[in-house]
Amino acid sequence: MVRVEFLGPIQKEALELDISNLNELAKILQADAEVSDWLESCAVALNDTLVTSLEAPLKDGDKISLLPPVCGG
Amino acid sequence: MLSLFDGALDVPTILKTWYEEEATSNYGAYIPFVGTVRSEYGIEGLSFDVYEPILESWFASWQIKAKEKGAKIKMAHSKGDVMLHESSYIAAVFSPKRRVALEFIDEFVEDFKASAPIWKYDLKDGQRIYAKDRSTAISGSGLLA
Repeated sequence: MVRVEFLGPIQKEALELDISNLNELAKILQADAEVSDWLESCAVALNDTLVTSLEAPLKDGDKISLLPPVCGG
Repeated sequence: MLSLFDGALDVPTILKTWYEEEATSNYGAYIPFVGTVRSEYGIEGLSFDVYEPILESWFASWQIKAKEKGAKIKMAHSKGDVMLHESSYIAAVFSPKRRVALEFIDEFVEDFKASAPIWKYDLKDGQRIYAKDRSTAISGSGLLA
């Protein structure tokens, strides 16, 4: 299982999903009304490293984080 | 060095501590930036969420860049609520000569604003409201859209 966490202002509980790549995750989240509007502005991290490709393979125990727009300071 | 605190920063203590830590390190310049919560938009204060694992790796990458120039960065940030006229952010650069520190503090704070995984909320009328309009999408966002 892969854990998907929604950070900051995204009001959504973490998901545990049986998926093998980020393309599958994209399809699931695009169909989820709670989160679909956030996707355009969210960065994605795999095991706390930002990723830039949907092709990264996922394995059991991986953690994916969705990071909405930031404003520190 | 990256330090996170619950609530407002104790600015005099942090600046003094950093000064004393590097007093004999032979740096010629110590340039701090202090961010203070201003009265605007009718807010009573700000509130912050911080995602520490990625903040730490982002900061570590900047510390490596600083080291390549003989400099060192220190940063402190608040978690949770910070009220008007209190401070939520301090960044400082130590370097042998002033020019490196002056340029580095500018680059560092700009990238901090654009990339550090911290989310800001306005405290207003008893509510905690995400400061969406003042936030910046991290480079590479939209991968799953």
